[in-house]
Amino acid sequence: MPQFRLPKNSRIVPGKDHPAPSAAKRTRTFRIYRWNPDEGGQPRMDRYTVDLESCGPMVLDALIKIKNEIDPTLTFRRSCREGICGSCAMNIDGTNTLACTKAIDDCRSKEIPIYPLPHLPVIKDLVPDLTHFYAQYASIRPWIRTQSAPPPDRERLQSKEDRAKLDGLYECILCACCSTSCPSYWWNGDRYLGPAILLQAYRWIVDSRDEDTGARLDELEDPFRLYRCHTIMNCARTCPKGLNPAQAIAEIKKLLVQRRGT
Amino acid sequence: MSLRHPIARARGLGSAKDGVSHWWRQRLSAIFLVPLTLWLLWWLGAFALADPQLARERLAQPLDALLMIAFVLVAAWHAQLGLQVIVEDYVHRRGLEYALQIALRAVFFLVAAVGVLAVLRIALTA
Repeated sequence: MPQFRLPKNSRIVPGKDHPAPSAAKRTRTFRIYRWNPDEGGQPRMDRYTVDLESCGPMVLDALIKIKNEIDPTLTFRRSCREGICGSCAMNIDGTNTLACTKAIDDCRSKEIPIYPLPHLPVIKDLVPDLTHFYAQYASIRPWIRTQSAPPPDRERLQSKEDRAKLDGLYECILCACCSTSCPSYWWNGDRYLGPAILLQAYRWIVDSRDEDTGARLDELEDPFRLYRCHTIMNCARTCPKGLNPAQAIAEIKKLLVQRRGT
Repeated sequence: MSLRHPIARARGLGSAKDGVSHWWRQRLSAIFLVPLTLWLLWWLGAFALADPQLARERLAQPLDALLMIAFVLVAAWHAQLGLQVIVEDYVHRRGLEYALQIALRAVFFLVAAVGVLAVLRIALTA
């Protein structure tokens, strides 16, 4: 059965308070999830009040400022700081999103809560374990699969119309915001592939250069791998790139009906 | 810590190559239920709530009896398909899950059988 109450060692307790410098005039407080495997114990929420006059506009700017100037033990992933690598995906102000593209001013909470992506094992602080997510991605074999020999003198071509079918799919950066916002993925993530992986699967199904569509559909046709999607739509609402994984999943379901007939 | 490679866990037991028929039957029964439910609401308002005796007489009409039996069968079918998914979603203890799935089928078979018998009894004895 799903657990509706966190196990005792996962329940969050109040943490340390780091007030703003006395000279700060414009401040914002962040409540950040902290857990260190070396210390053990229960996770806690530390409060950090940041001087916005000396901070960039994005939540990631605030996290970097906290790490550099207030608390170097704070741990999080980040890389490109422009919404293309997906490293800084976390739950900010109640929504899974990228810290680098989420403006501090757009957060509604008085004290902005920041948690790691939901329902994943936590490695440390805001860093979740994405091993299973990446393994699920590998399991769909996300590369072009062909029977025919490639043209000897050029790459495999694609019409502009066929290329346009990849729009809304190729932009996915695999940040896992959608999958970890999906209740079906929370309860059945061991078997359900989740919105991100299914969107990636559809990206190859709909690619005109791919020649293994039938096998791809065979691999997806499963009560758990695909049909745990109950069109809850959290995925489309939370995607920081504005994509719609639920629609990609619906397209896969339509293709499966189409090939068997009604 | 597991020594198994993460890809082995992700691939699991492989694809069941099934699921589309359940999904399609759920949609099909939902589509059938739209006109049947509208008809039932109208029927309840016009006859059953107004005058139970009138409702019995109406149920003796072949078309009314047929539509009522269709509603009972399709509603039971749709409910069984929906609850099956809920059990799959939330009940992860294998033994309990199988027991519930078997019980669900038995319960909705009984619901459908009792409903059909009730309509036939009224229709054939009125």
